[in-house]
Amino acid sequence: MDATEIGLWGVPLAILGGAIRVSTPFIFVSLGEAITERSGRINLGLEGTLVFGAMTAYAVAVMTNSPWIGLLAAAFAGLCFGLFHGWICKFPKVNDIAIGIALMLFGSGLAFFFGKPFIKPKAPNLPAIPFGGWSDIPQVQAALDVNVLFLIGAVLSVILWWAFRNTRAGLIVRVVGDSSDAARAMGLNPDTVRLAATGVGGALAGIGGAYLSLYYPGSWTERISSGQGLMAVALVIFARWNPLGCFAAALLFGGAGALGPALQSVGVTQGYYLFYAAPYILTLIIMIATSSPTRSLAGAPGELSITK
Amino acid sequence: MTDTVTGAGVPAMFGARFYPAALEWIARRAEAFVIPLAALVVGMALFSLFIALVGKSPVLLYETMWRGGFGSWFSIQNSLSRAAPLLLAALCVALPARLGLVVIGGEGAIVLGGVAAAAIGVALSGAPSSIVILAMGVAGLAAGGIWIGAVGALRHYRAVNETISSLLMAYIAIALMNQLVEGPLRDPASLNKPSTQPLADIYRIGNIPGMDVHWGLVVGVVACILSWVLIEKTRWGFAARIAGGNVRAAQVQGLAVGPLIVGFTALAGGFAGLAGMLEVAAVQGSANASLAAGYGYTGILVAFLARHNPLAIIPVAILLGGIDASGGLIQRRLDLPDATVLVLQGMIFIVILFSETFYGRFKAFNPDLWKRPDLLKGTA
Repeated sequence: MDATEIGLWGVPLAILGGAIRVSTPFIFVSLGEAITERSGRINLGLEGTLVFGAMTAYAVAVMTNSPWIGLLAAAFAGLCFGLFHGWICKFPKVNDIAIGIALMLFGSGLAFFFGKPFIKPKAPNLPAIPFGGWSDIPQVQAALDVNVLFLIGAVLSVILWWAFRNTRAGLIVRVVGDSSDAARAMGLNPDTVRLAATGVGGALAGIGGAYLSLYYPGSWTERISSGQGLMAVALVIFARWNPLGCFAAALLFGGAGALGPALQSVGVTQGYYLFYAAPYILTLIIMIATSSPTRSLAGAPGELSITK
Repeated sequence: MTDTVTGAGVPAMFGARFYPAALEWIARRAEAFVIPLAALVVGMALFSLFIALVGKSPVLLYETMWRGGFGSWFSIQNSLSRAAPLLLAALCVALPARLGLVVIGGEGAIVLGGVAAAAIGVALSGAPSSIVILAMGVAGLAAGGIWIGAVGALRHYRAVNETISSLLMAYIAIALMNQLVEGPLRDPASLNKPSTQPLADIYRIGNIPGMDVHWGLVVGVVACILSWVLIEKTRWGFAARIAGGNVRAAQVQGLAVGPLIVGFTALAGGFAGLAGMLEVAAVQGSANASLAAGYGYTGILVAFLARHNPLAIIPVAILLGGIDASGGLIQRRLDLPDATVLVLQGMIFIVILFSETFYGRFKAFNPDLWKRPDLLKGTA
């Protein structure tokens, strides 16, 4: 079948395929941030964690020739960044948002510092499952080539949604996030819970970074991230701290991010840079639409400084 | 212990009886000087450790940094040139900080200020140079002011978090610049690096006489001094501090918090836009992707290091301008990646923020104890 035969149908198809491809890092970072924010802290540094995770995954994959070891290394690096954020924020007067900004710059700087030698070599990619095998149309096949991490992310969001409601650990995180005093009265140490929640959040962001460098776009460059870590933070607010909402919002953002390339593929090149900015504009519009000066956000953790 | 101050065992010059006003002046400021300086030293020490761990000599690094930043008249001029946009970019963080807002999207205002100035400069070509330069300055101020003022308005009237929205708007601003520079404003002659049409030489901003540093440095220093006066000596600055402490209390007092927030953020963004205009008119000669050189992000660090005090921004910006300027030399002499400077900045940033926890913890910084040297003894 000829590639041009599907014509303009290629646009929604490319957006669907792009949404699946582009959304995966959003899913992981936003799930990680949802856990952190549910515990009452905000980690803006996930952007830096994402970039450092991407570099670590790529470097380790090049050296060991295994993308999975690279993925684990990225998760571990993210865990370290998260634990550092969680540890330093427990000191009085240390502002979690400002520390996040510093870690954003530090993580990127460190990634560029150590990542320099790995810009050239080629790392093995994470595998994808060809769900489009039933079709002969190459665009359909390309769109339905789904990476395993996307599926893991989808399952993880359901598990987290269930766990927040039904498990002891989920309850502990929620209590700490809603009221430090109530948590202390229950005999919980809020700092310890937040340390763990920020650590897990960092690890998930590291995995999101690994996806960037090991699957799509699939190479390590200094421009690997274009603010996905930051948009994911905004996305969590939009998703009302609900893991299922995070998954849906991530797909939406992925679709917005795929808009530019999809239009370009059918020959629309006007305004390429503006379409490139679509995810940021969408994030901003959503933030404006869902925030309100008169009422606090539904579902917002009480201890979260961003909603106070 | 008694209430009588004897001064026994303390050198006479520390006796409370002598120059009590001067003593209290020093005591009240000692903490704000000593803690950031100590944090800077600790940050640099940690970085030395990092450099030693990757197998390079920290001594050689700091020597190179000194030579590249401040070691010669040439390098000092280079540092001062880089400090100019940092001064204005730091004000973009420091002014909203007085209202308790963390605005980190100054990069966007710089970029748009530069594009607006370049567009005006080209559109008015033929007019007298003083008018064109003034119009370019106004265009830069306006573009940056509208951009960050919108962040402030969204914060106050829609409760949109200013940290995230300002950074998102920085990404949007850069996309907007790329679109304009590659499209309607593109100079057909710029092939490899899409740019706007170059400004005529008479519309370029020159150097301060006797120096190889453009006038932007003076603009930046004046902006810092004016901002200090605004914050410390006017009723608007006073109102901003109250609103930054407690919005509800400010509203109960009848302060117009909304206009205050929009005004401060717009002024802050205007300064950043002016930095973009200066980059175009004094350095680049046209607007292009070089406008997004990261001054907005280094400016965040400058502002935090200066604890959002506009006067302290001046020396801090020169220091970080020097570190920035030495980046190239470090890269060549020590064979380190250009991101080395970023790592150093990140480390200093983290230590500075961590040092916040030490304010009010040291008895030596308590002015009341300085008046009572008998209590100070042995606490150091």
